[in-house]
Amino acid sequence: MCGIVGLFLKKDDLRPKLGDMLTDMLITMTDRGPDSAGIAIYGEEAVGQIKITIQSDTPDTDFADLEQALSAAIDAPASVKPVDTHAVLVLPVEKEAAAVEFLEGKGLRIMGVGTSMEIYKEVGLPREVAARFGLRAMGGSHGIGHTRMATESAVTTMGAHPFSTADDQCLVHNGSLSNHNQMRRKLAKKGVFTKSENDTEVGAAYISSRIADGATLGQALEGTIDDLDGFFTFVTGTKNGFGVVRDPIACKPAVMAETDDYVAFASEYRAFADLPGIDAAKVWEPEPATVYFWER
Amino acid sequence: MPTLDMSTTPLREVNVTLQQAAKSQANAVYEITNPRGSHAVAVGLDGPLSVTVKGSTGYYCAGMNKTATIRVEGSAGPGVAENMMSGEVVIEGDASQYAGATGRGGLLNIKGNASSRCGISMKGIDIVVHGNIGHMSAFMAQKGNLVVLGDAGDALGDSLYEARLFVRGTVKSLGADCVEKEMRPEHIEILQDLLDRAGADAKPEEFKRYGSARRLYNFNIDHADEY
Repeated sequence: MCGIVGLFLKKDDLRPKLGDMLTDMLITMTDRGPDSAGIAIYGEEAVGQIKITIQSDTPDTDFADLEQALSAAIDAPASVKPVDTHAVLVLPVEKEAAAVEFLEGKGLRIMGVGTSMEIYKEVGLPREVAARFGLRAMGGSHGIGHTRMATESAVTTMGAHPFSTADDQCLVHNGSLSNHNQMRRKLAKKGVFTKSENDTEVGAAYISSRIADGATLGQALEGTIDDLDGFFTFVTGTKNGFGVVRDPIACKPAVMAETDDYVAFASEYRAFADLPGIDAAKVWEPEPATVYFWER
Repeated sequence: MPTLDMSTTPLREVNVTLQQAAKSQANAVYEITNPRGSHAVAVGLDGPLSVTVKGSTGYYCAGMNKTATIRVEGSAGPGVAENMMSGEVVIEGDASQYAGATGRGGLLNIKGNASSRCGISMKGIDIVVHGNIGHMSAFMAQKGNLVVLGDAGDALGDSLYEARLFVRGTVKSLGADCVEKEMRPEHIEILQDLLDRAGADAKPEEFKRYGSARRLYNFNIDHADEY
């Protein structure tokens, strides 16, 4: 079991409330996944710059003089905003590769990179994880959250969802993939590498790899139906988009709601109970082996 | 009419109250407000109680129902009316996976669509779905009637025993050992009764009947050499 929530806003006036709405949805899914929780949120775009979300088990020492050290290493101004065990770094877009090399060299974990995406995930109850990162106060255009009950790999920060395998792309998953080791080897031959033993990260890398090869988000999601084996309900985010796909057996639950203001996804209807206008929303169960996506 | 507000009353208290009322207050009428997608609402009722749920429910609503009438004024999550014995369950919206699974009797009346595995392993329940049903519906269904006013998904009636399936729309594909069968007068009569009871605006003549070809489960002495 696991819980998934997602919210894609169609209008700007709800943007300041995105984190608040997603947090309530996430906490409602606690009993589907109490061991870790995470959220990817697409907030303010850093124009001409790139945001890197990092994680450390010893943030006090690691983040203390990071701003100076990183700026020196990439020879450009970089800002560091610590958020509990995570920090969001903002730096010139052309310095991304140098910054990632420097950060990984220091043993810091890269959660995600993008012009608007930030990723926060930790071990613990969803309510506690949300409070640590102050998710309620975060605004944005769309976001995806996950509550995890681990099956395929250990309960660790890196095993928590969402997984990001390309700039501004992320994936959350309920289910388990059975051909992930084979797919991991196939992707490695193409030069696409994963960081964890987790099956979902392979799914994320597969989608990123297809998009990098020129596929649209919709085409990449179509590809999961043929190329990934196992059980999955996937929800994926890109800079401008939000997509959903379920495997053909579709035993992992999914429900969607749409109003003029938003498109929402959840593992269970419970997560929608507090959304504005839910009583008048179009609510439906996504069909098996069918791709749904919205882009702005 | 007694009202149980689930925003202030714990689920267990709601169910205990309903279960006791079903036993002690013949034909009492209860209303449940603010279900907010809760699991296991109004389960295990054993008596002629009438319950209206004002909103959508989560997993396993109205499970094991006996004699009671339960109306959900919203949609229902997975496993609605699972193992129902008798009585009636009405879903005004849609039902999720495995609606009416293993049901032994009574009527499950779904006004919207039902998703995958509707009526899986049904054992005597009657299910009427006013919309469409998803894939693998009536898988291993043993007894009872599944009536679908809309379309059916893939692998309808796979490994079917003796349940009757009536579909008005298209069937995407039939499962193993499920075949279309002749609609005889007795089937028209059964179907007319079910449509009337479910308040469905349809004529029995518009439906096709599907059932078991009996090649999969029925031992045939002529095939003894194959074992």
